[in-house]
Amino acid sequence: MEFEQEVREFINGRFGEDVIAEDNFRNQLSFIVKPAAVFDICQALQEDDRLDVRFLADIAMVDWLGHAEEKKGRFELVYNLYSLKHKGRFFLKTRLPADKPEIKSLTPLWNGANWLEREAFDMMGIIFTGHPDLTKILTPDDLEGHPLRRDFPLTWEQPQFSWNKDDPPEVIK
Amino acid sequence: MAERKTITLNMGPQHPATHGVLRVELELEGETVVRARPIVGYLHTGIEKTMESKLYYKAIPETDRMDYLAPMSNNLGYCLAVEKLMDIEVPEKVKWARVCLAELTRINSHLVWLGTHALDLGALSPVLYTFRDREMILDIYEACGGQRMMTSYIRIGGLAHDLPLDFDKKVANLLKVFPEKIKEYETLLTENQIFINRTRGVAVISAEDAINWSLSGPMLRGSGVRHDLRKANPYSGYENFDFEIPIGENGDAYDRYKLRIEEMRQSLRIARQALDGMPEGPYRAHVPGVVLPPKEDVLHKMESMIFHFKIITEGFKAPCGSVYQAIESPKGEIGFYIVGDGTNRPRRIRVRPPSFVNIACLPALCEGRMVSDVVCAIGSVDIVLGEVDR
Amino acid sequence: MGLEEKIPDSIILTTLDKVVNWAHKRSMWPMTFGLACCAIEMMSASMPNFDLARFGMEVFRPSPRQADLMIVSGRVSRKMAPVVKTLYEQMPNPKWVIAMGACASCGGVFNNYAIVQGVDKIIPVDVYVPGCPPRPEQLINGIMKLFEKVEKSSLKDRHEEWGR
Ligand code: SF4
Repeated sequence: MEFEQEVREFINGRFGEDVIAEDNFRNQLSFIVKPAAVFDICQALQEDDRLDVRFLADIAMVDWLGHAEEKKGRFELVYNLYSLKHKGRFFLKTRLPADKPEIKSLTPLWNGANWLEREAFDMMGIIFTGHPDLTKILTPDDLEGHPLRRDFPLTWEQPQFSWNKDDPPEVIK
Repeated sequence: MAERKTITLNMGPQHPATHGVLRVELELEGETVVRARPIVGYLHTGIEKTMESKLYYKAIPETDRMDYLAPMSNNLGYCLAVEKLMDIEVPEKVKWARVCLAELTRINSHLVWLGTHALDLGALSPVLYTFRDREMILDIYEACGGQRMMTSYIRIGGLAHDLPLDFDKKVANLLKVFPEKIKEYETLLTENQIFINRTRGVAVISAEDAINWSLSGPMLRGSGVRHDLRKANPYSGYENFDFEIPIGENGDAYDRYKLRIEEMRQSLRIARQALDGMPEGPYRAHVPGVVLPPKEDVLHKMESMIFHFKIITEGFKAPCGSVYQAIESPKGEIGFYIVGDGTNRPRRIRVRPPSFVNIACLPALCEGRMVSDVVCAIGSVDIVLGEVDR
Repeated sequence: MGLEEKIPDSIILTTLDKVVNWAHKRSMWPMTFGLACCAIEMMSASMPNFDLARFGMEVFRPSPRQADLMIVSGRVSRKMAPVVKTLYEQMPNPKWVIAMGACASCGGVFNNYAIVQGVDKIIPVDVYVPGCPPRPEQLINGIMKLFEKVEKSSLKDRHEEWGR
């Protein structure tokens, strides 16, 4: 609890205007912040010796398509941060719009962010600017679309082979 | 000076030493690895997406098939997360039984790791021993869940059925013979000069790097960071158990080997405590409408039968909100981030896969070293491709 | 064997078939090729408790060029499908395929965009072993069934089947 209070003071004190709201569902501390501020908050947290938030556990992505929440922004990114010293965990949540899901990459801060961001790109189509190698990671190279989006059908097979794809037959009228 | 030339070597996806279908692209200069690039996704199963399309209950079998060497850990993580989302408190007996099974799972996973890792490094016999002894644990699984590997025994709010009648006897027998067996493995490897030469000082990662790469589990502890979620953020009653967290010093493959062996001993210790102290009581929480009523009641009570029917057909409605529950699986921190959206299906289930995050640091482990060390590095990370690719 | 092509249509093989089949049956070498969960059960099958070696099959070959039998143990993802096909084509004739587990047979519990719904969509399968995962005994039984099939086949049919 003490750790959470400290984090709250730290973030509200230094990035007060970037924090949109705070959420405490089931005793889990999370801050809803503006996307532009995520990198700066993480950097500040990482540099702060007292809080020692040095462990980026996970980056989760949620698609709110077709839900009342969608008006706040279709894609939600959840950064899961952990302090090994204080054994405390909290989340930074941010919303990205459907037409331009772009955010600054955290790879300069954490090597571990590299693959997590690649996965978010591959599965959800979120663009991380400044990422060294933003390529597909899990899905096959020829798969079009981003499977975890809600508008991607679950059971669907892309034709892998077509005998006349490059060379359609002439139609005789 | 002659021109320096590099060649590109492709390892996998069908390669006996990559533990499944991992592919690594190596750029070599002579025998030295200049650049390594792991390529994953050859087992991409779409598990997260499939889970989102199901009711909360029916997603449990999918979790087994992620880390198929530690099915119970995955069940446990998922069920704890859903329990947190629905705010369910489970009976004491369930907690103890879950701890006992989770620790057996840890041993199971480490046994397979030990056998295959040694096999990769040229020691052919340990794998025969570990697979022989693993059958004892699989027998217990089978008695519990009716299946050798994909048990789905841990359910939301409790267990699938009560513990089998001879559970105590079987586990007690296992606890009696296993310390001897672990000694046996150690005689094969711990002082084996070939094994030491191939693992000591290989695949080294410092504590600082390990944290920066977000590593967890034995990979993190092997570098000397004493972090274990069972102690740090106890779940499922781990605060009641007395055990130690072994750590390594140098962060090399040999340390990680020693550490996993020690972890098996500690797991036996926890399982012993769990077995001795297992309280009596119901095997499922009583939360009408959310947790399935016990099967005996379903057959005899009208009300239970209706609840059973409703839960199976339409499930329960989860509140709008998100929870994250992480547990210490044999591979590291496995976390389930579940977003409920007010309906009976999850909006999102995100799995934080320990193997996926751990294998990402493979380039850091083997760049600048010999080709043969790559095999050792992959082995000592302990990955399960089902979980890497999901 | 390269011999089949030279035999004219009017000749029926009897004892030669028996000899060749006997040889095939007694030394069938599977390929070390694990895909997913079922691969662990395949490994268990060759380990002391179940001991596949009783049937002359313990020589798992890492290279497809030396193998006769491909046990597709686990789910085949769309990314893996071309690799599986290449491996099958690399195996020398005669060759057999066992689809182990529900996933390899029909897609199993994963009816989704990522998994090939049954490995028989890309390569021909001789024996299907159901289960998720099948017990090692079940796999051994599947192999026995394959032996029966081998016993009944003739060199000449096989030649026609492959068309090579
Ligand atoms: S059949 Fe079952 S055990 Fe086998 S690969 Fe598929 S999910 Fe895994």
